[in-house]
Amino acid sequence: MTDAVSLAVHNGSAVPLSEIPQLSVAEWRAHVIASVAAGARIASYFGHPLAGGGVRLFAVLAHGDSGTLSLSAAEVGANFQGLTPECEQAHWFERELAEQWGVKPEGHPWLKPIRFHAPYRRSAQGGWSAAAAAAEPGVTDFFRVAGEEVHQVAVGPVHAGIIEPGHFRFQCHGERVFHLEIALGYQHRGIERALVGGPTKRTLHQLETLAGDTSAGHDIAYCEAVEALAGARLPARAEVVRGVALELERLANHTGDLGALAGDVAYLPTAAYCGRIRGEFLNLTAGLCGSRFGRGLVRPGGVRFDVDCDRTADLLTLLGRACDDLNVAVSLLWDTPSVGARFERTGAVSRADCERLGLVGLAARACGLGRDVRHEFPSGIFRFVQIPTCTWNSGDVFARAYVRWLEIGRSAAFVREQLSALPDGAVGAEVGALAPNHLAVSLVEGWRGEICHVAITDAHGRFAQYKVVDPSFHNWMGLALALRGEEISDFPLCNKSFNLSYCGHDL
Amino acid sequence: MLKALRARVLQGHRTTTFPRQEPSLPDRFRGLPAFDQTKCRGVCPQCVDACPTDAISMDAHGIRIDLGRCLFCTECADACPEGAIRYTAEYRLARRTRQDLIFAGRTWELAEALDAESRRLFGRSLKLRQVSAGGCNGCEADVNVLNTVVFDLGRFGIQFVASPRHADGLLITGPVTRNMRRALEKTYEAVPAPKLVIAVGACAISGGPYRDHEEVCNGADAVLPVDLYIPGCPPHPFTILDGLLRLLGKREPAQSPERNR
Repeated sequence: MTDAVSLAVHNGSAVPLSEIPQLSVAEWRAHVIASVAAGARIASYFGHPLAGGGVRLFAVLAHGDSGTLSLSAAEVGANFQGLTPECEQAHWFERELAEQWGVKPEGHPWLKPIRFHAPYRRSAQGGWSAAAAAAEPGVTDFFRVAGEEVHQVAVGPVHAGIIEPGHFRFQCHGERVFHLEIALGYQHRGIERALVGGPTKRTLHQLETLAGDTSAGHDIAYCEAVEALAGARLPARAEVVRGVALELERLANHTGDLGALAGDVAYLPTAAYCGRIRGEFLNLTAGLCGSRFGRGLVRPGGVRFDVDCDRTADLLTLLGRACDDLNVAVSLLWDTPSVGARFERTGAVSRADCERLGLVGLAARACGLGRDVRHEFPSGIFRFVQIPTCTWNSGDVFARAYVRWLEIGRSAAFVREQLSALPDGAVGAEVGALAPNHLAVSLVEGWRGEICHVAITDAHGRFAQYKVVDPSFHNWMGLALALRGEEISDFPLCNKSFNLSYCGHDL
Repeated sequence: MLKALRARVLQGHRTTTFPRQEPSLPDRFRGLPAFDQTKCRGVCPQCVDACPTDAISMDAHGIRIDLGRCLFCTECADACPEGAIRYTAEYRLARRTRQDLIFAGRTWELAEALDAESRRLFGRSLKLRQVSAGGCNGCEADVNVLNTVVFDLGRFGIQFVASPRHADGLLITGPVTRNMRRALEKTYEAVPAPKLVIAVGACAISGGPYRDHEEVCNGADAVLPVDLYIPGCPPHPFTILDGLLRLLGKREPAQSPERNR
């Protein structure tokens, strides 16, 4: 894979910035477009500001077949020929690029803000007019469908349930949705901007709460990036505890989602049982570290809490009970025809659309694509212990529910196996200074999908940039497509079947 | 149908005996901090330096910790060379004013109930509208869990409703991002008076790990008057429930809590 136009690396490695090929914009475009056409996926694509006023574009392409990531870069000025018209996967990244650095990707068919914040550089004009940049979130042009009896429905940012804010604009004909456009940005807390100059004592806590239902996922991604930059080696025991934390997070969230999906089709037994059993998995994580969300567990160099024999036995007992109860609760879903009638063929995303948009995680696996970082780009414990990838082909709500159920079985087996045979040794190692002028990339399969962190250090080994791509960043457009042709009353069900993160997207 | 009935029997009765009995919390639970002032010599500022949210201050009287900023991460306890700080199992952390959250390590009072008139209005039926304004979905999740059969919030007459028009107050999570400020203000305006505001979590109380970012407002009370603060990152569901019940005068009046557990 390493050639003149890109540098091939493995997940969790750091390379000197100088080794990353710097191409002309034309060469770089051609390289990215051709690679994606040949089956690569854009894991990350972002701008890095240069002292002279230009911006260096970095692309991290994921090659699932070879298990490598390829890095390439090109320098641009105020505008360049965007990738989106020839490579749909780039569309959200290029909107972000325009918003953050004021670089305009020419030819982008729908160039508007995604988070509604001021550009990161005061000098930048933005990829759009000053008036658009000053607008409040959601105050923007929406794609309109015109015609007799066509109407718009606007929902949010404050929703009916206890969930995060976002704005959904539906173009409807009667009950039927022609088009859904999703406007986010309400949760923007300025995380990436704050991470520059770090790591500081706040860094880890910001990543832990970047998407607070994925604390273990983002923590591990951060720590693996930092450990790559510092050249740190982890004791095996720490890798195992991290893996257990990641899979417990998946168990809790998948269980909660299955319950919520049951609730959305008014099948209340499973909704009630799963609501409780989700808490049992959270309590297992609290048994590890005291926090139901795994806060404070993962640290650069390892983990902060060890697991002794008594604790392991307790956790295994509780895990067994929770899994037994869950089996009873969730089996009801597949045995109940009224649930099947609502899940099947609702909110389907085709495999082709999934590939074109570059969806990740369980949403992609529900379209039959075996995309799973643990399998394709394994790091940590997953280099030694493989969790089989679970897929389903129908791309609908049923598939997204059923893949969750299959993954629950796999994750529970993994946790059971790992806790039963913990390697001896310490749970932490020293992490030294970060290498200067390096770039590190780390991927973790969070419960929603691929988490990608890219850290670039300056001459002093501080973060010159820290780029986060939450799986939701890739997948929100998948939800929009899932709604096409559906009844608007199925929106809650479709939305829950993806259960994407607002704050993970908004950063 | 028979399968559903079988499942119902197997799942059993799961509602906790709280508040009749105190909850059982994990042994590593990190609640109210305790300081051993005899060990702390008050000269090394290592806990102050270690705190990610600058929650700790130190003066001639010893150390003080602002629980409104505290993430309960225990970095301070790790940093203290004398081992003077530890985190206890005390989960009852809600207070009525911001000032009350600044803890000097001595007695910890519990939140007072609303006045008699407010208790008459809300004591038997409190409807809340939840607004996430930059919350990370941690606080949201542990508020939502109160609706499960384990906590069964409805048995206390408390319910989360879909519209602010149907609500008696707001429960706010998140540091209040600039991008959510107007939506939050409009939601508050839509709640009929008299109304309550409850801030849940370090972000909603002080901005949490996002304090002083120009993208956030440093918490709910920068925008609205707050009646109850519930610290934590996120607070345990029992901490939230205890706070709500105390506000309504539904738990035993503030007694001296059991210390040093």
